[in-house]
Amino acid sequence: MGEFRQQIESAIPALRRYARALTRDVEAADDIVQDTLVRALRSEHLFHGGDVRAWLYTILTNLNRNRLRALSRRPVLAPIKDSDAVSGAPESGGRDIGRALDELAEEPRTALLLVVLEGLTYREVAEIQGVPIGTVMSRLARARMQIRSYLDGERPALRRVK
Amino acid sequence: MSDRDPIVSEDELHAYVDGELAAERRGAVEAWLATHPDDAARVAAWRSQAELIRARYGGAADEKLPRRLELARLARRRHWRVTATAAAAVLAAFIAGGAAGWFARDAEGAPSSDLRKFTADALDAYRLYVVEVRHPVEVAGDERPHLVQWLSKRVGSPVRIPELDKMGLKLVGGRLLPGPTGATAFFMYENGSGERFTLYCGQTDDRETALRYTTGDHNAAYYWVDHNMACVLSGPAERDKLHAIAQAAYDQIDTRSPQRGG
Repeated sequence: MGEFRQQIESAIPALRRYARALTRDVEAADDIVQDTLVRALRSEHLFHGGDVRAWLYTILTNLNRNRLRALSRRPVLAPIKDSDAVSGAPESGGRDIGRALDELAEEPRTALLLVVLEGLTYREVAEIQGVPIGTVMSRLARARMQIRSYLDGERPALRRVK
Repeated sequence: MSDRDPIVSEDELHAYVDGELAAERRGAVEAWLATHPDDAARVAAWRSQAELIRARYGGAADEKLPRRLELARLARRRHWRVTATAAAAVLAAFIAGGAAGWFARDAEGAPSSDLRKFTADALDAYRLYVVEVRHPVEVAGDERPHLVQWLSKRVGSPVRIPELDKMGLKLVGGRLLPGPTGATAFFMYENGSGERFTLYCGQTDDRETALRYTTGDHNAAYYWVDHNMACVLSGPAERDKLHAIAQAAYDQIDTRSPQRGG
Protein backbone atom coordinates (compact mmCIF):
# COMPACT_ATOMS: atom_id res chain seq x y z
CA MET A 1 0.00 0.00 0.00
CA GLY A 2 1.33 3.41 -0.99
CA GLU A 3 1.91 6.23 1.44
CA PHE A 4 -1.13 8.08 0.11
CA ARG A 5 -3.42 5.18 0.94
CA GLN A 6 -1.77 4.65 4.31
CA GLN A 7 -2.49 8.25 5.20
CA ILE A 8 -6.10 7.84 4.15
CA GLU A 9 -6.47 4.63 6.09
CA SER A 10 -5.12 6.13 9.29
CA ALA A 11 -7.60 9.02 8.99
CA ILE A 12 -10.71 6.81 8.75
CA PRO A 13 -11.48 6.58 12.51
CA ALA A 14 -11.32 10.37 12.88
CA LEU A 15 -13.46 10.85 9.77
CA ARG A 16 -16.10 8.57 11.29
CA ARG A 17 -16.05 10.53 14.51
CA TYR A 18 -16.41 13.86 12.68
CA ALA A 19 -19.16 12.52 10.41
CA ARG A 20 -21.03 11.04 13.37
CA ALA A 21 -21.09 14.38 15.16
CA LEU A 22 -22.00 16.22 11.96
CA THR A 23 -24.91 13.97 11.02
CA ARG A 24 -25.84 12.50 14.44
CA ASP A 25 -26.84 9.39 12.52
CA VAL A 26 -24.65 6.27 12.43
CA GLU A 27 -25.67 5.11 8.94
CA ALA A 28 -25.67 8.53 7.32
CA ALA A 29 -22.25 9.19 8.86
CA ASP A 30 -20.73 6.00 7.46
CA ASP A 31 -22.35 6.74 4.08
CA ILE A 32 -20.56 10.06 3.95
CA VAL A 33 -17.29 8.53 5.06
CA GLN A 34 -17.62 5.88 2.36
CA ASP A 35 -18.32 8.51 -0.30
CA THR A 36 -15.36 10.51 0.98
CA LEU A 37 -13.05 7.50 0.66
CA VAL A 38 -14.35 6.66 -2.80
CA ARG A 39 -13.73 10.21 -3.97
CA ALA A 40 -10.33 10.32 -2.41
CA LEU A 41 -9.31 7.09 -4.13
CA ARG A 42 -10.71 8.32 -7.42
CA SER A 43 -8.91 11.64 -7.11
CA GLU A 44 -5.60 10.13 -6.10
CA HIS A 45 -4.01 11.48 -9.28
CA LEU A 46 -5.24 15.00 -8.48
CA PHE A 47 -3.56 15.06 -5.12
CA HIS A 48 -0.25 16.85 -5.34
CA GLY A 49 1.20 16.37 -1.90
CA GLY A 50 0.23 18.27 1.19
CA ASP A 51 -1.92 17.25 4.12
CA VAL A 52 -4.10 14.30 3.14
CA ARG A 53 -6.03 14.56 6.37
CA ALA A 54 -7.15 18.17 5.82
CA TRP A 55 -8.06 17.28 2.25
CA LEU A 56 -10.25 14.40 3.47
CA TYR A 57 -11.99 16.70 5.95
CA THR A 58 -12.64 19.10 3.08
CA ILE A 59 -14.23 16.40 0.93
CA LEU A 60 -16.34 15.16 3.82
CA THR A 61 -17.45 18.69 4.70
CA ASN A 62 -18.47 19.34 1.07
CA LEU A 63 -20.38 16.05 0.88
CA ASN A 64 -22.21 16.84 4.09
CA ARG A 65 -23.21 20.21 2.67
CA ASN A 66 -24.62 18.43 -0.40
CA ARG A 67 -26.49 16.06 1.88
CA LEU A 68 -28.03 18.85 3.95
CA ARG A 69 -29.00 20.71 0.82
CA ALA A 70 -30.79 17.63 -0.45
CA LEU A 71 -32.48 17.01 2.91
CA SER A 72 -33.67 20.59 3.15
CA ARG A 73 -35.48 20.21 -0.15
CA ARG A 74 -37.13 16.98 0.83
CA PRO A 75 -40.74 17.99 1.32
CA VAL A 76 -41.75 15.55 4.05
CA LEU A 77 -40.45 12.90 6.43
CA ALA A 78 -37.08 14.14 7.54
CA PRO A 79 -35.39 11.18 9.28
CA ILE A 80 -35.57 11.03 13.05
CA LYS A 81 -32.23 12.24 14.35
CA ASP A 82 -30.23 11.31 17.36
CA SER A 83 -30.01 7.58 16.86
CA ASP A 84 -26.88 7.89 19.00
CA ALA A 85 -28.88 9.11 21.99
CA VAL A 86 -29.10 5.58 23.36
CA SER A 87 -25.38 5.64 24.08
CA GLY A 88 -25.81 8.00 27.01
CA ALA A 89 -28.39 9.79 29.06
CA PRO A 90 -29.09 13.35 27.97
CA GLU A 91 -26.83 15.79 29.73
CA SER A 92 -27.89 19.04 31.37
CA GLY A 93 -31.35 18.02 32.39
CA GLY A 94 -32.81 16.91 29.06
CA ARG A 95 -31.05 19.51 26.93
CA ASP A 96 -28.20 17.48 25.60
CA ILE A 97 -25.19 18.49 23.56
CA GLY A 98 -26.38 16.57 20.50
CA ARG A 99 -29.58 18.53 20.29
CA ALA A 100 -27.68 21.72 20.93
CA LEU A 101 -25.47 20.94 17.90
CA ASP A 102 -28.56 20.21 15.88
CA GLU A 103 -29.80 23.75 16.45
CA LEU A 104 -26.74 25.25 14.80
CA ALA A 105 -26.46 26.28 11.18
CA GLU A 106 -24.09 24.13 9.14
CA GLU A 107 -21.07 26.45 9.00
CA PRO A 108 -20.80 27.22 12.72
CA ARG A 109 -21.36 23.56 13.60
CA THR A 110 -18.70 22.43 11.14
CA ALA A 111 -16.22 25.01 12.43
CA LEU A 112 -16.83 24.07 16.07
CA LEU A 113 -16.54 20.32 15.48
CA LEU A 114 -13.35 20.67 13.45
CA VAL A 115 -11.77 22.68 16.26
CA VAL A 116 -12.97 20.96 19.44
CA LEU A 117 -13.55 17.40 18.26
CA GLU A 118 -10.91 17.05 15.55
CA GLY A 119 -8.35 19.40 17.08
CA LEU A 120 -7.64 21.28 13.85
CA THR A 121 -6.11 24.73 13.90
CA TYR A 122 -8.06 27.84 12.93
CA ARG A 123 -5.92 28.05 9.81
CA GLU A 124 -6.75 24.48 8.77
CA VAL A 125 -10.46 25.08 9.36
CA ALA A 126 -10.27 28.30 7.30
CA GLU A 127 -8.81 26.30 4.41
CA ILE A 128 -11.39 23.55 4.73
CA GLN A 129 -14.27 26.02 4.79
CA GLY A 130 -12.69 28.25 2.17
CA VAL A 131 -13.04 31.42 4.27
CA PRO A 132 -10.69 33.80 6.13
CA ILE A 133 -9.66 32.95 9.70
CA GLY A 134 -11.77 35.84 11.00
CA THR A 135 -14.86 34.16 9.57
CA VAL A 136 -13.94 30.88 11.26
CA MET A 137 -13.65 32.70 14.56
CA SER A 138 -17.02 34.40 14.21
CA ARG A 139 -18.59 31.04 13.33
CA LEU A 140 -16.98 29.53 16.38
CA ALA A 141 -18.25 32.39 18.55
CA ARG A 142 -21.77 32.01 17.17
CA ALA A 143 -21.76 28.25 17.75
CA ARG A 144 -20.55 28.58 21.33
CA MET A 145 -22.99 31.34 22.17
CA GLN A 146 -25.94 29.40 20.77
CA ILE A 147 -24.97 26.16 22.51
CA ARG A 148 -24.56 27.96 25.78
CA SER A 149 -27.97 29.58 25.63
CA TYR A 150 -29.52 26.30 24.51
CA LEU A 151 -28.00 24.34 27.38
CA ASP A 152 -28.94 27.11 29.77
CA GLY A 153 -32.51 26.60 28.71
CA GLU A 154 -33.08 29.73 26.73
CA ARG A 155 -34.82 29.67 23.43
CA PRO A 156 -32.13 29.53 20.78
CA ALA A 157 -31.74 32.65 18.72
CA LEU A 158 -31.78 30.72 15.49
CA ARG A 159 -33.41 27.46 14.58
CA ARG A 160 -32.19 25.47 11.71
CA VAL A 161 -34.95 25.12 9.12
CA LYS A 162 -35.33 21.58 7.94
CA MET B 1 2.77 44.82 24.74
CA SER B 2 0.65 42.91 27.23
CA ASP B 3 1.17 45.55 29.91
CA ARG B 4 0.08 48.38 27.69
CA ASP B 5 -2.77 46.50 26.08
CA PRO B 6 -4.67 44.96 28.97
CA ILE B 7 -8.04 44.67 27.21
CA VAL B 8 -8.77 41.11 26.12
CA SER B 9 -10.99 40.56 23.07
CA GLU B 10 -13.50 37.78 22.65
CA ASP B 11 -11.35 36.37 19.84
CA GLU B 12 -8.53 36.04 22.32
CA LEU B 13 -10.77 34.16 24.73
CA HIS B 14 -11.60 31.64 22.01
CA ALA B 15 -7.96 31.38 21.03
CA TYR B 16 -7.08 30.83 24.70
CA VAL B 17 -9.58 27.97 25.03
CA ASP B 18 -8.43 26.40 21.75
CA GLY B 19 -4.72 26.66 22.48
CA GLU B 20 -4.17 29.14 19.66
CA LEU B 21 -3.24 32.14 21.74
CA ALA B 22 0.24 33.59 21.36
CA ALA B 23 2.30 32.68 24.41
CA GLU B 24 2.97 36.30 25.31
CA ARG B 25 -0.77 36.97 25.73
CA ARG B 26 -1.54 34.07 28.02
CA GLY B 27 -0.64 35.97 31.16
CA ALA B 28 -2.79 38.93 30.17
CA VAL B 29 -5.78 36.70 29.44
CA GLU B 30 -5.44 34.80 32.71
CA ALA B 31 -5.18 38.06 34.65
CA TRP B 32 -8.25 39.33 32.82
CA LEU B 33 -10.26 36.22 33.65
CA ALA B 34 -9.33 36.52 37.32
CA THR B 35 -11.00 39.91 37.46
CA HIS B 36 -13.85 39.41 34.96
CA PRO B 37 -16.18 36.69 36.25
CA ASP B 38 -18.57 36.90 33.27
CA ASP B 39 -15.76 36.12 30.85
CA ALA B 40 -14.42 33.44 33.17
CA ALA B 41 -17.89 31.85 33.15
CA ARG B 42 -17.99 31.98 29.34
CA VAL B 43 -14.60 30.33 29.08
CA ALA B 44 -15.67 27.64 31.53
CA ALA B 45 -18.88 27.06 29.56
CA TRP B 46 -16.98 26.73 26.28
CA ARG B 47 -14.60 24.21 27.84
CA SER B 48 -17.47 22.21 29.20
CA GLN B 49 -19.17 22.22 25.77
CA ALA B 50 -16.00 20.85 24.22
CA GLU B 51 -15.82 18.12 26.85
CA LEU B 52 -19.47 17.16 26.26
CA ILE B 53 -18.86 16.95 22.51
CA ARG B 54 -15.75 14.82 22.93
CA ALA B 55 -17.46 12.57 25.48
CA ARG B 56 -20.44 12.06 23.20
CA TYR B 57 -18.73 11.52 19.85
CA GLY B 58 -15.10 10.68 20.62
CA GLY B 59 -15.95 6.97 20.92
CA ALA B 60 -16.99 6.73 17.27
CA ALA B 61 -13.31 6.69 16.36
CA ASP B 62 -12.72 3.55 18.41
CA GLU B 63 -15.57 1.49 17.02
CA LYS B 64 -14.79 -1.49 14.84
CA LEU B 65 -14.69 -0.48 11.21
CA PRO B 66 -17.61 -1.85 9.15
CA ARG B 67 -16.50 -3.82 6.12
CA ARG B 68 -17.84 -1.25 3.70
CA LEU B 69 -15.30 1.27 5.01
CA GLU B 70 -12.28 -0.97 4.58
CA LEU B 71 -10.02 0.88 2.20
CA ALA B 72 -8.63 -2.21 0.52
CA ARG B 73 -12.15 -3.34 -0.40
CA LEU B 74 -13.10 0.09 -1.70
CA ALA B 75 -9.92 0.32 -3.76
CA ARG B 76 -10.47 -3.13 -5.29
CA ARG B 77 -13.96 -2.47 -6.46
CA ARG B 78 -14.36 -1.02 -9.93
CA HIS B 79 -17.94 0.06 -9.45
CA TRP B 80 -18.92 1.63 -6.21
CA ARG B 81 -22.32 1.19 -4.72
CA VAL B 82 -24.33 4.37 -4.51
CA THR B 83 -24.94 5.03 -0.85
CA ALA B 84 -28.35 5.86 0.51
CA THR B 85 -27.14 9.42 1.09
CA ALA B 86 -26.18 9.96 -2.51
CA ALA B 87 -29.34 8.27 -3.78
CA ALA B 88 -31.50 10.40 -1.49
CA ALA B 89 -29.69 13.50 -2.65
CA VAL B 90 -30.44 12.68 -6.27
CA LEU B 91 -34.08 11.92 -5.48
CA ALA B 92 -34.45 15.17 -3.57
CA ALA B 93 -32.91 17.08 -6.44
CA PHE B 94 -35.57 15.64 -8.72
CA ILE B 95 -38.34 16.64 -6.35
CA ALA B 96 -36.95 20.13 -5.88
CA GLY B 97 -37.16 21.10 -9.54
CA GLY B 98 -37.91 24.70 -10.43
CA ALA B 99 -35.54 27.59 -10.29
CA ALA B 100 -37.80 30.48 -9.36
CA GLY B 101 -35.95 33.39 -7.93
CA TRP B 102 -32.65 32.64 -9.55
CA PHE B 103 -32.63 35.94 -11.35
CA ALA B 104 -33.82 38.04 -8.44
CA ARG B 105 -30.39 39.49 -7.83
CA ASP B 106 -29.30 39.95 -11.43
CA ALA B 107 -28.44 43.62 -11.68
CA GLU B 108 -27.02 43.56 -15.18
CA GLY B 109 -30.21 43.92 -17.21
CA ALA B 110 -32.96 41.42 -17.72
CA PRO B 111 -32.07 38.41 -19.83
CA SER B 112 -34.61 37.20 -22.37
CA SER B 113 -37.12 34.68 -21.13
CA ASP B 114 -35.47 32.03 -23.32
CA LEU B 115 -32.09 32.63 -21.76
CA ARG B 116 -33.70 32.73 -18.34
CA LYS B 117 -35.26 29.31 -18.94
CA PHE B 118 -32.01 28.01 -20.37
CA THR B 119 -30.05 29.10 -17.29
CA ALA B 120 -32.71 27.71 -14.95
CA ASP B 121 -32.48 24.35 -16.72
CA ALA B 122 -28.69 24.47 -16.50
CA LEU B 123 -28.86 25.01 -12.75
CA ASP B 124 -31.39 22.20 -12.37
CA ALA B 125 -29.00 19.93 -14.25
CA TYR B 126 -26.16 21.08 -12.03
CA ARG B 127 -28.07 20.33 -8.83
CA LEU B 128 -29.26 17.00 -10.19
CA TYR B 129 -25.91 15.61 -11.30
CA VAL B 130 -23.51 17.25 -8.89
CA VAL B 131 -24.58 14.88 -6.11
CA GLU B 132 -24.35 11.81 -8.33
CA VAL B 133 -21.59 9.49 -7.18
CA ARG B 134 -21.76 6.59 -9.58
CA HIS B 135 -23.14 7.97 -12.85
CA PRO B 136 -22.35 11.68 -12.99
CA VAL B 137 -21.69 11.49 -16.73
CA GLU B 138 -22.48 9.26 -19.71
CA VAL B 139 -19.08 9.53 -21.36
CA ALA B 140 -15.93 9.86 -19.27
CA GLY B 141 -13.53 12.77 -19.63
CA ASP B 142 -10.76 10.64 -21.06
CA GLU B 143 -12.86 10.21 -24.23
CA ARG B 144 -12.71 13.89 -25.09
CA PRO B 145 -12.56 13.54 -28.93
CA HIS B 146 -15.58 11.23 -28.86
CA LEU B 147 -17.48 13.65 -26.61
CA VAL B 148 -16.77 16.57 -28.94
CA GLN B 149 -17.84 14.65 -32.03
CA TRP B 150 -20.96 13.13 -30.49
CA LEU B 151 -22.27 16.24 -28.75
CA SER B 152 -21.46 18.59 -31.67
CA LYS B 153 -23.55 16.34 -33.90
CA ARG B 154 -26.47 16.18 -31.50
CA VAL B 155 -26.41 19.87 -30.54
CA GLY B 156 -26.13 20.79 -34.21
CA SER B 157 -23.20 23.14 -33.80
CA PRO B 158 -19.51 22.68 -32.99
CA VAL B 159 -19.10 22.14 -29.25
CA ARG B 160 -15.86 23.07 -27.53
CA ILE B 161 -14.85 21.54 -24.23
CA PRO B 162 -12.65 23.95 -22.28
CA GLU B 163 -9.52 22.65 -20.60
CA LEU B 164 -9.62 23.88 -17.03
CA ASP B 165 -6.69 21.91 -15.62
CA LYS B 166 -4.93 25.18 -14.83
CA MET B 167 -7.81 26.02 -12.51
CA GLY B 168 -7.31 22.64 -10.79
CA LEU B 169 -10.33 21.15 -12.54
CA LYS B 170 -10.40 17.79 -14.23
CA LEU B 171 -13.03 16.93 -16.81
CA VAL B 172 -15.18 14.17 -15.29
CA GLY B 173 -17.04 13.77 -18.57
CA GLY B 174 -20.21 14.79 -20.32
CA ARG B 175 -23.73 13.85 -21.22
CA LEU B 176 -26.53 14.83 -23.58
CA LEU B 177 -29.50 16.59 -22.00
CA PRO B 178 -32.77 17.99 -23.31
CA GLY B 179 -32.94 21.77 -23.11
CA PRO B 180 -35.51 24.47 -23.84
CA THR B 181 -34.06 25.01 -27.32
CA GLY B 182 -33.18 21.42 -28.19
CA ALA B 183 -30.30 19.10 -27.36
CA THR B 184 -27.71 20.51 -24.98
CA ALA B 185 -24.21 19.39 -24.08
CA PHE B 186 -23.47 19.05 -20.37
CA PHE B 187 -19.93 18.75 -19.01
CA MET B 188 -18.82 18.16 -15.46
CA TYR B 189 -15.53 19.18 -13.89
CA GLU B 190 -14.21 18.31 -10.45
CA ASN B 191 -11.39 19.65 -8.30
CA GLY B 192 -9.25 17.69 -5.87
CA SER B 193 -11.61 18.47 -2.99
CA GLY B 194 -14.62 17.00 -4.74
CA GLU B 195 -16.18 20.35 -5.62
CA ARG B 196 -17.97 20.12 -8.93
CA PHE B 197 -18.66 22.63 -11.66
CA THR B 198 -20.77 22.07 -14.74
CA LEU B 199 -20.97 23.63 -18.16
CA TYR B 200 -24.24 23.51 -20.11
CA CYS B 201 -24.22 24.60 -23.77
CA GLY B 202 -26.88 24.66 -26.45
CA GLN B 203 -28.01 26.57 -29.52
CA THR B 204 -29.86 29.84 -29.11
CA ASP B 205 -31.27 32.71 -31.19
CA ASP B 206 -30.45 35.20 -28.45
CA ARG B 207 -28.13 38.11 -29.06
CA GLU B 208 -24.61 37.84 -27.71
CA THR B 209 -23.96 38.81 -24.10
CA ALA B 210 -20.92 39.10 -21.91
CA LEU B 211 -20.62 37.04 -18.74
CA ARG B 212 -23.57 37.51 -16.43
CA TYR B 213 -23.93 36.29 -12.89
CA THR B 214 -26.93 34.78 -11.15
CA THR B 215 -27.13 33.20 -7.73
CA GLY B 216 -29.30 31.10 -5.46
CA ASP B 217 -28.89 29.72 -1.95
CA HIS B 218 -25.83 27.57 -2.43
CA ASN B 219 -25.18 27.54 -6.17
CA ALA B 220 -24.45 30.22 -8.65
CA ALA B 221 -23.84 30.47 -12.36
CA TYR B 222 -22.26 32.61 -15.01
CA TYR B 223 -24.04 32.53 -18.34
CA TRP B 224 -23.32 34.03 -21.69
CA VAL B 225 -24.22 33.84 -25.37
CA ASP B 226 -21.50 33.63 -27.98
CA HIS B 227 -22.51 33.52 -31.65
CA ASN B 228 -25.37 30.99 -31.70
CA MET B 229 -24.37 29.17 -28.53
CA ALA B 230 -25.61 29.83 -25.00
CA CYS B 231 -23.43 28.53 -22.16
CA VAL B 232 -23.95 28.33 -18.41
CA LEU B 233 -21.18 27.56 -15.97
CA SER B 234 -22.59 26.50 -12.59
CA GLY B 235 -20.92 25.76 -9.29
CA PRO B 236 -20.83 26.48 -5.56
CA ALA B 237 -21.68 30.10 -4.76
CA GLU B 238 -18.18 31.55 -4.46
CA ARG B 239 -18.33 34.38 -6.91
CA ASP B 240 -14.63 35.11 -7.48
CA LYS B 241 -13.71 31.49 -8.01
CA LEU B 242 -16.68 30.89 -10.27
CA HIS B 243 -15.88 33.99 -12.27
CA ALA B 244 -12.29 32.91 -12.89
CA ILE B 245 -13.47 29.51 -14.11
CA ALA B 246 -16.26 30.99 -16.26
CA GLN B 247 -13.83 33.47 -17.79
CA ALA B 248 -11.41 30.68 -18.69
CA ALA B 249 -14.25 28.66 -20.24
CA TYR B 250 -15.60 31.73 -22.06
CA ASP B 251 -12.19 32.51 -23.55
CA GLN B 252 -11.76 28.97 -24.82
CA ILE B 253 -15.26 28.64 -26.22
CA ASP B 254 -15.02 32.06 -27.93
CA THR B 255 -15.73 31.38 -31.59
CA ARG B 256 -13.30 34.09 -32.64
CA SER B 257 -10.39 32.28 -31.01
CA PRO B 258 -8.58 29.61 -33.02
CA GLN B 259 -10.04 26.12 -32.55
CA ARG B 260 -8.08 24.21 -29.99
CA GLY B 261 -7.26 20.58 -30.43
CA GLY B 262 -10.10 18.60 -28.96
